[in-house]
Amino acid sequence: MNRQNPAQTFLQEAEDLLGQIEEITLEVQPDAPVGESIHRLFRAFHTIKGSGAMFGFDTVAAFTHHVETVLDKVRDGLVPVSRELIDLLLAARDQIKLLLESAQTGAAVPTEKGDRIIARLNALLPSQALVAPIKKTPASANTGALEVFKIHFRPAADVMASGTNPALLLDELRALGACTVTAHTETVPTLELLQPDQCYLAWDITLTTDKGLNAIKDVFIFVEDTSKLVIQPAGTPPPTADTPAPCATPVPTPASTPANVSPAAPAPAAAPATLRKLSARDAVVRVPSERLDRLVNLVGELVMNQSRLSQLALSADVPSLSGPVEELERLVDELRDNVLGIRMMPIGTTFSRFKRLVHDLSAELGKEIELVTEGAETELDKTVLDQLGDPLVHVIRNSIGHGIELPADRERAGKPRHGTIRLTASHVGSNVVITIEDDGKGIDVEAVRAKALEKKLISPSTNLTEKEVLDLIFLPGFSTAKQVTNVSGRGVGMDVVKRQFDALRGQISMSTNAGKGTKLTLTLPLTLAIIDGLLVEISQDQFIVPMSIVTENVELHRSERGRLNGRNVIPVRGELIPYVHLREAFAMPGEEPEIEKIVIVRHGNERVGFVVDRVLGSHQTVIQSLGRFYRDINIVSGTTIMGDGRVALILDVAGIVAHAGQQPKTATDDPTQKAFTN
Amino acid sequence: MSNLITTTAQYITFKLGDELFAINVEQVREVLELSQITRVPTAPPYMRGVVNVRGKAIPVVDLRAKFGLPPVADTVNSRTVVMELELDGETTVVGGIADSVHEVIELEPGQINPPPKIAMRWRTELISGMGRRGDDFIIILDINEVFASQVAALVDSAQATEANTTSAA
Repeated sequence: MNRQNPAQTFLQEAEDLLGQIEEITLEVQPDAPVGESIHRLFRAFHTIKGSGAMFGFDTVAAFTHHVETVLDKVRDGLVPVSRELIDLLLAARDQIKLLLESAQTGAAVPTEKGDRIIARLNALLPSQALVAPIKKTPASANTGALEVFKIHFRPAADVMASGTNPALLLDELRALGACTVTAHTETVPTLELLQPDQCYLAWDITLTTDKGLNAIKDVFIFVEDTSKLVIQPAGTPPPTADTPAPCATPVPTPASTPANVSPAAPAPAAAPATLRKLSARDAVVRVPSERLDRLVNLVGELVMNQSRLSQLALSADVPSLSGPVEELERLVDELRDNVLGIRMMPIGTTFSRFKRLVHDLSAELGKEIELVTEGAETELDKTVLDQLGDPLVHVIRNSIGHGIELPADRERAGKPRHGTIRLTASHVGSNVVITIEDDGKGIDVEAVRAKALEKKLISPSTNLTEKEVLDLIFLPGFSTAKQVTNVSGRGVGMDVVKRQFDALRGQISMSTNAGKGTKLTLTLPLTLAIIDGLLVEISQDQFIVPMSIVTENVELHRSERGRLNGRNVIPVRGELIPYVHLREAFAMPGEEPEIEKIVIVRHGNERVGFVVDRVLGSHQTVIQSLGRFYRDINIVSGTTIMGDGRVALILDVAGIVAHAGQQPKTATDDPTQKAFTN
Repeated sequence: MSNLITTTAQYITFKLGDELFAINVEQVREVLELSQITRVPTAPPYMRGVVNVRGKAIPVVDLRAKFGLPPVADTVNSRTVVMELELDGETTVVGGIADSVHEVIELEPGQINPPPKIAMRWRTELISGMGRRGDDFIIILDINEVFASQVAALVDSAQATEANTTSAA
């Protein structure tokens, strides 16, 4: 078994918790009543503090303690939820993150910042003399009244491995009030089977306390995910009942049995409706992503071998073979989908990062901006997701920096003071489409044109459509920011964004409406590992066209070639579609057949045809990178190994269109070549 | 940067034309007969394409073309030397096509001369040494350096290729 370093586990857990904290904090509204969010925040900070101390992250624990103290008062309604509090919680979260990182790298973290946060946090605390509850919420109605709780607690067998001693938890419970503990020993094995580091016990506890449900939950905070825990309020104790004497034996005696019900178990039927099962969280397995990557690679090889087998079975012409081979094919397909599915993650995790970005940057620039997100549940391959964050941050920074105006300017333009950035994600076919839309001032197309002229990116005689002008923004060295700010306009601009999306085999397009806003649309493949491909052949070389972009195939007779004044366009159902003759574009030997095929694919908003000799059919394509030796080749995006062991290249539409546009033969002012100038 | 060879090591020798070359065996993964090479359109001519080496697509380089030697047709003796390179800190696998591959030899530092600085037909910065074996001279290649430069022609044709052979990216 692979035992992870516990400190490492803590760091992972802390990272998750910090993510949660950020997300929850950004949801909390100032002056809102104390709700579940505050409780969750408290528990998250509390866990970081507790686990941190346990694994030797003392600075983290010490710092977090201050946050926890304030949140405890907030929970009790003694400190109001204010904007200041929210900002401080975010700052504290960042500080904890820094501290954790420094604990890993050994770099020193300046303490002043942390001290300042602590000072500001402490300033929020009410002076002790004047403490009086401001408002009470149901959850915090915990002082005074005695309540009885029946608790069933069965820790995970390996609870001791995580440094938790269940006996100490029971002691903590005893500190809350009078309690009776009954141990269940029926699962304790015989001596030869007993593992000394395992916990075989469960406990039934009846607790009479005035501290409330939350105090009990806090006791179990570190074990609630792994334990079976039921806390059931059992009403108030009868006023005259003898308070049960605290159990004197920390470790239960084997003699105690479940039948040994404590005398203080009152009102058995009281409020079963409020029964809460804390252990019923989604059972989640944490797996390092390298292991998943390895699994995906293995499935890739399996898919490859399976298609080889299918091909052999076909040529062997043994009827009894085809059944099992087809069955295998079906299973492998299903396995592939499932394995790739495991690596799928909702894009929402990335979105919450942007909430923070918008919150911080809009405050810095004095703008009022709301980030609206849609489709946070849209799933994407983790490898794609990991590479998506940075370019998206850049796009959103641009929207905040250049797009949305200052509140006063917006009012003057008759728009609401609040700017809105809308971030959406959705599945379209086997692609994910992400849009980033702002209702800012839009892009001044003329300014872009002027800038491009000034930077000699275009010549004065070039006649470009609005869309083509906008595409200039993606050229290296283009940045229209008049003022270099912290936010954007540092020379790296949309060209970097475009390059990053290109690496993800994504497409990017932009539209703008002066005074109304800008919209950026990104189309990304769901996965980078295995795709459905259309296998085509040109002079015995095989190529793959990603099936997701193929719209249809048509025939091209030799007599039709160049019929329209020598231009490479073909009418398809009333639409003239430009095409690239791949044999010519790739300078491939041999004569084309009498009847060729045109594979028509989507390219941005347009359609382009690729002329090939033959279309061979669909093919499960396991994508391999071409590697550094071919990194300058943009007509192919990768390779795949075919069933017969040959290597086929995966065509890159944008690259081919650009390549065809560069060839002197086709670089004309011919308007039909427009599609190639993207 | 040709590092001076100070230890005894084993080398694989191969031929391009009449010239005998050697590569440290530690950088050679395997030697394969030529298999079907998939050409990559628009790539420079010395990049012959990609081949399948046990399920992985590996780029193959025509060593003759890479070194600026005249091309010849592949023969039954032609071999793909699969090499493992260290480029910019990452391990890269690449196949090189040689006219023929001969043997594994052991050379002591005493059998190796530093590359002569002048009167050389070959660009010295891509050579880690000149091995002697009987009357034969063997050119020991610094294979990382050879592949680090994008268009390195090994033949120094009157400095004409100088512009192309400036150091690695």
